[in-house]
Amino acid sequence: MGSSEGMGICHAYAPDGRCISLLKVLLTNYCMFDCAYCINRSSSNVKRASFTPREVADLTVEFYKRNYIEGLFLSSGIIRSPDHTMEQIVEVARILRDEYDFRGYIHLKTIPEADPKLLEEAGRHADRLSINIELPSRRSLEALAPEKSRDGIEGAMASVKTQIDGAKSEARSARKLRHRTPPKLFAPGGQSTQMVVGADQETDAQVIDTAAGLYGKHQLRRVYYSAYSPIPDAKAGLPVQAPPLIREHRLYQADWLTRFYGFDPKEITATLKGGMLDLDLDPKTIWAMQNRGFFPLDINTADREALLRVPGLGEKGVAKILAARSQGVLRYADLARLAASVRKIKPFVITPDWRPGGLLDAASLEARFRRKAEQSDLFAAAA
Amino acid sequence: MADPASRSILVTLDAEDDIAGFRKEARRLLAERVPPDRVVWRVAGSERDLFGAEPARRASKAEVSLPRAAVELAQAAAHHSDPGRWPLLYTFLHRSLGEKALADNPADPLVRRLRQMEKAVRRDAHKMHAFVRFKEVEDPGGGPSRYIAWFEPDHHIVEREAPFFIRRFANMHWAIVTPRRSIRWEDGQLRAGPGGRREDVPQDDAFDEAWRAYYASIFNPARVKVSAMTAEMPRKYWRNLPEARLIPEMIETASARVATMAANALADEERGIAEAAPRRMAAPVAMPAIRALVRSCTNCPLHGPATQAVPGEGPADARLFLVGEQPGDMEDLEGRPFVGPAGQVLNQALEQAGLDRERAYLTNAVKHFKFELRGKRRLHRSPSAENVDACSEWLLAEHQAVAPAVTVTLGATALRGLLGKSVPLARVRGTQLALPSGGALIPTFHPSYLLRLQDEGARRIEEGKFLSDLRRARELLAA
Repeated sequence: MGSSEGMGICHAYAPDGRCISLLKVLLTNYCMFDCAYCINRSSSNVKRASFTPREVADLTVEFYKRNYIEGLFLSSGIIRSPDHTMEQIVEVARILRDEYDFRGYIHLKTIPEADPKLLEEAGRHADRLSINIELPSRRSLEALAPEKSRDGIEGAMASVKTQIDGAKSEARSARKLRHRTPPKLFAPGGQSTQMVVGADQETDAQVIDTAAGLYGKHQLRRVYYSAYSPIPDAKAGLPVQAPPLIREHRLYQADWLTRFYGFDPKEITATLKGGMLDLDLDPKTIWAMQNRGFFPLDINTADREALLRVPGLGEKGVAKILAARSQGVLRYADLARLAASVRKIKPFVITPDWRPGGLLDAASLEARFRRKAEQSDLFAAAA
Repeated sequence: MADPASRSILVTLDAEDDIAGFRKEARRLLAERVPPDRVVWRVAGSERDLFGAEPARRASKAEVSLPRAAVELAQAAAHHSDPGRWPLLYTFLHRSLGEKALADNPADPLVRRLRQMEKAVRRDAHKMHAFVRFKEVEDPGGGPSRYIAWFEPDHHIVEREAPFFIRRFANMHWAIVTPRRSIRWEDGQLRAGPGGRREDVPQDDAFDEAWRAYYASIFNPARVKVSAMTAEMPRKYWRNLPEARLIPEMIETASARVATMAANALADEERGIAEAAPRRMAAPVAMPAIRALVRSCTNCPLHGPATQAVPGEGPADARLFLVGEQPGDMEDLEGRPFVGPAGQVLNQALEQAGLDRERAYLTNAVKHFKFELRGKRRLHRSPSAENVDACSEWLLAEHQAVAPAVTVTLGATALRGLLGKSVPLARVRGTQLALPSGGALIPTFHPSYLLRLQDEGARRIEEGKFLSDLRRARELLAA
């Protein structure tokens, strides 16, 4: 039963606006580790509970049959030993795939300290594997998650990458040789990681830099940023205040720019003040304001890579412009139909009947974007 | 016979969603290059056609060649529920015969309109994939269960989306019932039929309750963003989603839950403090003995370089107990607490707050001066947690012997000395904690913090806080 074609489907939304796509559970919240930022750390006095692997597999299938979910995202506290815990996680995936013939989506959180053989088994069952990098720097990891090691985490990521690549090339040669049944892929959905932001003193520059390193070295599909939320009975030395949620949002925007908009991470970190992303304005607008010489761009001749740098133009907007201009010269009115907000892009572009003139001056851009940012803040304060 | 070019052609479709009929008729008309303004589209049973046009029923064998993108766009937009879409679609297809790239020109107003329809159909389909909820109906004969869903799409998409559900639930027996059409999948066979009623489908399922429990627990009440939720899960879908009945209460109780969480966190903290707070000595020690023991203390290495230990001073039955950090340079030389610059700030503040220093017991968390030699100057160094813990025995003995009504800790070190655990001062300053021994604890800054503040404005603000903490102590003493 099941298919993982529409992995992006959100089957429900919680009143906090978050998408609910997967049954996201812990096998157990008992944990031997004592990571300071985690509610389930060994020294926390949170209530503890456990599932058996079969209970999780059954719940997944029953939820799936009712179309509540796309699949399972399974993680666990470390119980008894890393190997034992990983065995239990793999067992859930094995029951689902081998006994229930479940073909929905499975994402397994893997434990870097576990035996590589278990990691390999996990990859044979799962669509995606993830190993948490936890914190942006070695220094923070040593201070806050003393049982974990950066080398151990990155070593596991490297071995997952090797196995993903190996399985892909096996599949390629099987296709070439026209084998009927290509070998099963290893974690075809790739690997991802999660980084807790705001539990330590590290800057956004450090976060972006670490993420860039991980994308490069281990070819991760995604780095997820998770704003630290203060936990009851916290360890001394952790912040009492949550970092502003907008920080998480800005990091995702910066991440997007490097992955889909052709920005080099260094281009973004070069725009930062004190190593931090601007909370009022998105990083693309900030880059544009600091690189005014790059603009204005001629909508009718600029290439895709350049157009993607216009604040207010996304991948879809640029695709529409490219399609439309192949059928004739675009004028300002055409642009207004093609772009989501022509107001936002007009300081940065030229058409035969439009020139931004003074709109591209530093002061004018500042006034245009900053004032708006302040207004939205006013509303936020009133809400 | 009149000139055929001047006559309108009436085309009748079987139903609002007769897309196959439209396809057939449009192909025939296009083959004959009939211009759009000559065609009148009507749906059987509706009274939309007010022109007295003659019905056209001729088959055509001519082939029409349309660009693939145009066919795909028309196919998708044809599933839209707008009853006025047929002439738009025909106009678009007719123009596409000559303008081969028309479908790819998003700047064309007609294309733009059809793309919007296409988008609405896709969104409706996407929401159907997401929000269909199957209810299990067990087979009384012990056969496989059937799973039935009621769904209300905006557009004519039910049959179009059947393949999605077949791929996903291939080995289940299921049916999706909508007001206009229904589809049923059993034993590898898809059957389409007329629509049904909501009442035809079971309202509940054995797993709805578990699903609701999951839905409620994944919600973070500290981040209520109703508009983000309704943008993606509009209210019109709610009545068919088992989890949606929880939403109003989840939103309504969110702020109270956050407040409770915060209160619990504070209570946790206080409990943590209470648990750690003043360990009671098995046998209380009398004040003169404490002073003698402190003077000869070698519990930690600090006694070496220091001139002398500085025990507390003040009446042994004082109602106010003040704890500082450690003796400074002058205290170390004089052997008395709070006689240096910080002591002067304290004296002034006590006076302003209406407290009498002579009637209070003053002491430090650490009894020896910790310093670093820079040339001839002895520079203050903060005591380590070990220093504080090694010395806490004396502080606790003093505290127990005095048994004050009000204890004021000055700075984070004093707080740790008294409680035996680090509590961030920023979190507890400005509050008043109950000590298990019965007295009240008021945590505030160390006066030397005020001396260090360079900015005049900042100092005034912080001095205000310091004073308000001391005044609170006086109020408690007066009560």
